[in-house]
Amino acid sequence: MTSRLPVMKLRITAFFLVACLLVSGVLTANAAEVNIYSSRQEHLIKHLLDDFTAETGIRYNLLTGDGPGLLERLRREGRNSPADVLITVDVANLVAAKNAEVLQPIQSSVLEENILPQYRDDEGFWYGLSARARIIYYDPERVDQDKITTYESLADPELGQLVCVRSSSNVYNISLTASMIAHHGEEQTEQWVRGLVGNFARSPQDNDTAQIRAVAAGECGVGIANSYYFARLLASDAPADQDVTSRVQVMWPNQEDRGAHMNVSGAGVTMSSRNVDAATKLIEFLSGEHAQEIYARVNNEFPVNPNVQPSGPVVQMGTFKADELDLSVIQKHTMDAVRVMDRGGWR
Amino acid sequence: MRLWFSLVVGIAVLVAAPILVIVAHLFVPASEHWQHLAGTVLPRYVANSLLLMLGVGAGTLVIGVSTAWLVSMTNFPGRRLFEWSLIVPLAIPSYVIAFTYTGLLEFGGPVQTFLRDFFGWRSAADYWFPQIRSLPGAIVMMTLVFYPYVYMLSRAAFLEQSVCVLDASRTLGRGAWSTFFGVALPLARPAVAGGLALALMETLADFGTVDFFSVDTFVTGIYRTWKGMWLPAVAAQLGAVLMLFILALILLERWSRRGRVSHTTGYYRQLPRFQLRGITAGLASLACAIPVFFGFLLPVTAMAVWTWQSRQLIDSRYVEMALSSLMLATISAVIAVGTAVILAYGRRLVPGRITAVAVQTAALGYAVPGAVIALGIMIPFAFLDNAIDDFARSVFGFSTGLLLTGTWAALIFAYVVRFLAVSSNTIEASLQKVTPSMDGAARTLGLTAGQTLRRVHGPIMRASLLTAGVLVFVDVMKELPATLMMRPFGLNTLAIRSFELASDGLLKESASPSLAIVLAGLIPVILASLMIARSRPGQSS
Repeated sequence: MTSRLPVMKLRITAFFLVACLLVSGVLTANAAEVNIYSSRQEHLIKHLLDDFTAETGIRYNLLTGDGPGLLERLRREGRNSPADVLITVDVANLVAAKNAEVLQPIQSSVLEENILPQYRDDEGFWYGLSARARIIYYDPERVDQDKITTYESLADPELGQLVCVRSSSNVYNISLTASMIAHHGEEQTEQWVRGLVGNFARSPQDNDTAQIRAVAAGECGVGIANSYYFARLLASDAPADQDVTSRVQVMWPNQEDRGAHMNVSGAGVTMSSRNVDAATKLIEFLSGEHAQEIYARVNNEFPVNPNVQPSGPVVQMGTFKADELDLSVIQKHTMDAVRVMDRGGWR
Repeated sequence: MRLWFSLVVGIAVLVAAPILVIVAHLFVPASEHWQHLAGTVLPRYVANSLLLMLGVGAGTLVIGVSTAWLVSMTNFPGRRLFEWSLIVPLAIPSYVIAFTYTGLLEFGGPVQTFLRDFFGWRSAADYWFPQIRSLPGAIVMMTLVFYPYVYMLSRAAFLEQSVCVLDASRTLGRGAWSTFFGVALPLARPAVAGGLALALMETLADFGTVDFFSVDTFVTGIYRTWKGMWLPAVAAQLGAVLMLFILALILLERWSRRGRVSHTTGYYRQLPRFQLRGITAGLASLACAIPVFFGFLLPVTAMAVWTWQSRQLIDSRYVEMALSSLMLATISAVIAVGTAVILAYGRRLVPGRITAVAVQTAALGYAVPGAVIALGIMIPFAFLDNAIDDFARSVFGFSTGLLLTGTWAALIFAYVVRFLAVSSNTIEASLQKVTPSMDGAARTLGLTAGQTLRRVHGPIMRASLLTAGVLVFVDVMKELPATLMMRPFGLNTLAIRSFELASDGLLKESASPSLAIVLAGLIPVILASLMIARSRPGQSS
């Protein structure tokens, strides 16, 4: 009995070592592959990634999740993370990733040429791949359009309880409020939130599309939602969707002053990437004209590439002036934004 | 005995490690955030969580215990059918039943459309209809899918009850109702409490349903702090508080029944059922039919219709996802049951404070939202992985990479940590019913502790082992947040697919993966239920 034990131990150790070698071999051997952590859902980006493989021969592995969850995973996995690229929506997530030191700066003349400067990080940590505006929708039969021309006007008590918007847990609302803080400071933004909450037609619920539908259904007079949700309804053949777009008008906010609040989805190369070249190629591909056209057509977002036109439904929504606030500033105010919304009673 | 002691403590420490990591976050200074939360949203979150808990607690108790008593002690038309079909709502994830009823009952859904057409109403202003997306709505949804926990554990307890005490009670002049409330229910209390604890832990840790229904609970606070403010450490703190609250509830319940007996004599024989007749029998059938209809038949029919309408019939990708889900669920169920048996039996062999605390801590994972459990596992695993890697790099000059993080093994470990309470509660309640004199007899006759477990306790507890396995299996099939955060590349589960589609507003399209979750979970539920029915001590087979 006693003589067998050491042998067992030796075997276990040997087994363990072999297992370690095998695993690490698998992890380092795949040269022509990029591993992607993405908070954009698979069905939104899969065909783009397939095109990338077809064009470059570089294969990809995709893992989807929510932005902050993936960021925490990257942070914990550290320099051994298998991820090469992080794709996520909302600039707050991109800047949070930069601040958490999970991304590395990439210098690429292709990227600089493909992407408008306001939609990428100054230091090259992240690059925007699609842009969206968070705008106002209204029912012209119930609301005088002159009363809702700015985000600020939605908080005016004279407007009445007509406004529908989703929960303040949603990152789009957090970023919008953060941009208000950037422009007006915390105190004034809190006043704005209180006024806005006072004008809510109903307790915040559901997603962006539902706000637009609620305006059409007469439940609300005014709604706030990202631009591409309305464009999707415009593009839809379904009679119910066409009914919605016939009843609802678009208001591009703050056209007389700073312009509409903008945000991006984007990507960055991870600090741990063992395949920086392939990872960079992927982002270059996604910002190139072919991929940007698909982005524009499938998701109805604004291309970040100046050479690509927006999709038909987006063009139909009209031209507008965009807020030129440095997107990186938004993330600085996100925590305060959540607190301001908590204090102001925006659920 | 020393072997059992080290085994129990060793396993408990391993399983409890992520839980301790979460609790350790309590020492991260964050008073500023707490002040903000306490001064603004926390009171509302806590109030909603408590209301939800009370509502679901009352609902699952009434439905679970009453139906369990009816099917195990009485006879009425359809009893044999209800015996197993009362369990099946468990196979439906709470967020799926929430999606389904929303699809049915919302303004544009078939129910309201029919009412409008029938009565000639035009807009929402013309009539009143209950808002499904609300706190009461959430209570009803969760009650419908969580009552089977109470039902299963109560039924097992009623079936395992010695008929002697019930006979004695009747002989001494108590009626059927009085015997139920005065004798059977108090005797079954550990099991009922175990089932209720599971239902409530699941209720308090739920995020998908309450988020979809726009009901802010304590878990909303956890998610908001993490995903809205990028403060995972404070989120983990909130998770720890939730866990301690549930621990306090469990201890309170244990303390309140201290010194009571739960195992009686070992005399079992086939139960003479009360034969219900006439209106009483009809009412009994109705009482059992209502939860099965609303908790299973109606939502599954709706899902089937939507699957058909959306033309997203089950394709080869779903087969792959279903296989992944089934494999993860089976492996996790086996491990979770094995672990629970070792812990429960070890605690019986080596009573004492250390084993009690170790086992109790290990079974707390169910009280914590899956995303927080994932965080509690990822932190130590990634730390260990990176430490090994550093060591290998500096000593051997090569990188080991991540050995645990992002593997199937880590994910299965997460399931075991999260769902150990499910198997543990079931098995402990059952083990308590094995009189210690049986242990004594077996050991006197020369069996070792291990042999006693295998040859004496195993067969007696067979029903509970199956119950525990099925519960974990179904829970893993439904699990979403931990899977989403910890899965390896290429792993897709039915639950992820269903949730991704539904959260995109594609409720009808999400019906086909949801239906697949339900069908895949249904088979083991029904099999186990049939086996359990045959396993009553003294039952002639």
